Amino acid sequence: MIAEIGQFTLILALVLAVVQATLPLWGAARGDTALMALAGRTAIGQAAALLIAFAALTHGFVTSDFSLAVVFQNSHSLKPMLYKVSGVWGNHEGSMLLWVLVLAMFSAAVALFGRNLPPSLKARVLAVQAMIGIGFLAFVIFTSNPFARLSPAPLDGTGLNPLLQDPGLAFHPPLLYLGYVGFSMAFSFAVAALIEGKVDAAWARWVRPWTLAAWTFLTAGIALGSWWAYYELGWGGWWFWDPVENASFIPWLFGTALLHSAIVVEKRDALKSWTILLAIVTFSMSLLGTFLVRSGVLTSVHAFATDPERGVFILAILVLTIGSALTLFAIRAPGMKGGGLFSPVSREGALVANNMLLAVAAGTVLLGTLYPLILEALSGGSAKVSVGPPFFNATFGPIMVPLVIMMAAGPMMAWKRGNLRIAAPKLIPAAIATVLAIVATFVLVPDGPGLAPFAMGLAAWLAAGTLAEWAGRIKLFTIPVAESWRRLRGQPRAASGMTLAHLGLAIMIVGITGSSAWRTELITTLVPGESAEGAGYTVTLTEVTRGSGPNYNYERGLLKISDEGRTVTTLTTERRFFPIASQTTTEAGIYTTILADLYGVIGEPGRTPETANAWTVRFFVNPLVPWIWLGAMVMVFGGSLSLTDRRHRVGVPRRGRVAKAARPQPAAAE
Amino acid sequence: MKRKHRRLMVVLTSLGLLGAAAALVLTAVEDSLVFFYTPSDLAERGTPPDTLFRLGGLVEEGSVRKEGSTTHFRVTDLNQVIPASYTGVLPDLFREGQGVVAEGTLNADGSFIAREVLAKHDETYMPKEVAEALRESGQWRDGATQQ
Repeated sequence: MIAEIGQFTLILALVLAVVQATLPLWGAARGDTALMALAGRTAIGQAAALLIAFAALTHGFVTSDFSLAVVFQNSHSLKPMLYKVSGVWGNHEGSMLLWVLVLAMFSAAVALFGRNLPPSLKARVLAVQAMIGIGFLAFVIFTSNPFARLSPAPLDGTGLNPLLQDPGLAFHPPLLYLGYVGFSMAFSFAVAALIEGKVDAAWARWVRPWTLAAWTFLTAGIALGSWWAYYELGWGGWWFWDPVENASFIPWLFGTALLHSAIVVEKRDALKSWTILLAIVTFSMSLLGTFLVRSGVLTSVHAFATDPERGVFILAILVLTIGSALTLFAIRAPGMKGGGLFSPVSREGALVANNMLLAVAAGTVLLGTLYPLILEALSGGSAKVSVGPPFFNATFGPIMVPLVIMMAAGPMMAWKRGNLRIAAPKLIPAAIATVLAIVATFVLVPDGPGLAPFAMGLAAWLAAGTLAEWAGRIKLFTIPVAESWRRLRGQPRAASGMTLAHLGLAIMIVGITGSSAWRTELITTLVPGESAEGAGYTVTLTEVTRGSGPNYNYERGLLKISDEGRTVTTLTTERRFFPIASQTTTEAGIYTTILADLYGVIGEPGRTPETANAWTVRFFVNPLVPWIWLGAMVMVFGGSLSLTDRRHRVGVPRRGRVAKAARPQPAAAE
Repeated sequence: MKRKHRRLMVVLTSLGLLGAAAALVLTAVEDSLVFFYTPSDLAERGTPPDTLFRLGGLVEEGSVRKEGSTTHFRVTDLNQVIPASYTGVLPDLFREGQGVVAEGTLNADGSFIAREVLAKHDETYMPKEVAEALRESGQWRDGATQQ
């Protein structure tokens, strides 16, 4: 019964989306306020309908209603409650329902909070959102119906994939979708602006918070996914340049570029058509990511069983969306007049360079990801290749270096016309920190790869440059500390958010460098009680015990890690066997300090009677790895802080005034 | 600076950047393209020793043997068989009779030394290349691995 309510509201949502995509658009063209006002109401109605549908599906999972096909395939009555709930989106149908729900929630948020938007823009934005909604709702209803029934109902389910039964992965998809789908807002605003033929500072000011929110969620989602891969897959790695990972990273890169170019539109009324194009591209990449993940056209280490038929449907939505948006862009963009001029050495100049580098970097990742498909198509299917991490390290890395170097200097430049002679002295602390970091790394770790000290120098440059710019803003040490404190509290939150986000990247670079340059590992076979030396430690397999958890049996190995006779820690690592899915997972034992992770896993024992007690043991020392997630957390915190900036919500002046007011604003801190 | 000059600068820098990126991509692609072969491909064409490639197929039933932390197994597409070995902890879903994709090199005696065995997240997932390889060797039962 409840599932039928879900089915009904799902269809209702599609009907509402059709209304929302058409009538308000017509109303906006004719200036009919009643029709335009319809957009907000249908958006809220659509979100409510999908919320009910989602709740109905959740009810099915929580009560283990195995007459629903998805529940039967992805749940089991013995599963812990958290994973019954996360099982709702741990499968194709449910995750696509979550996709459309998030899309509708964003539209509803615009309807509720976008009171200061001009009615015609609001109606058009919501209409464009609804068009995307129609595509994906049709996809869910016609190809991936989560409410399909099984008759007769099976007695019990087949269980959720054990790898997904993990708290980290329970929240990874919702966060990722909030990011992915959140970029639809920027897309809808861009298309609406193209229809209106009007892009100005006010428009940028409305778009930025949505882009920022999506970016923050996506950052958190990617970081959580990478952390999960690190501790759950048991290979000690955290990023594999795998197609599925790249699918989320490409929109992130374009989204980051968009975030920065929208600032230029808002403050300086320049880069308009570029920003519009970026908004379209960013969301197109989110769609492409959805397609790559859902269709399984690329071999991925993160692959799940997929269905090519469904891939074709998403591909059609993708082509239609990108094609029509770009056509509209081609018609309307030439008419858009660029505003303020600026010299190459200026804040705008730095932001333009940021955009070019990010776009090129995203382009190389995209090329590397799609290359196997292109080559296979060109060779008629005979050449099957994969593009591995060496490609991405060799192309993406070098493009990031100038970007990071500029990141420290950019915020110190003045708008319109910067002066290198004024900016250069401000960079002296950063230069000193860079030299110190390079020398210190050489002295402390003399036998690592030659590039590592320079990467550490780069991180120091960014951190010191960012902090120096921040200190300059609050006039630290040049005026009394109490006065600086007062200035700090008066800082716009968006400015502090930027400082934090840049600082977060510096922290992350330290972690990436440490873990890729100085990782050491030991692989051996141990009988309980036996020890081995390696990676700078003595590893003893003290014991292996067997037992069972709620829905699995485990073999638990205790690894005593000692350094010259002194016990550092005992790692607990498990191999879990889930009888329902007949699948094994690994739980790594990790001991985290600020300097390194000690990471141990046990593998299978031998198969013959005499080796049945000999366990494969893999032990890693991953230096500085926690800094990666610390950096991501700082970035997410920076993004969230910036979102709470009151300028995003109140004080958005009316359109006419803002266009004029935006010009004489030479030193607005951002 | 005039609008025309600014635009020219932007265009020139972007072209320079794209050129640099293209150069990077071209040099990188050369040594990081990893080809995918099935045991039949290898039997037909062979591959020079020490080139990195991916081998895909099924782990032959009854072929898995452990020797210390090294696992020996055979990869088959049900036409040809290649002996393979891997040192380390195998992914959790590595099992006899299941699809496998491994990256590594051939050594002098024609056996495959895997550097990395690609994991899967899902019991029923069959790597696309393996499915196609089996289809080519006429051993594929369509629908058998689809959910």
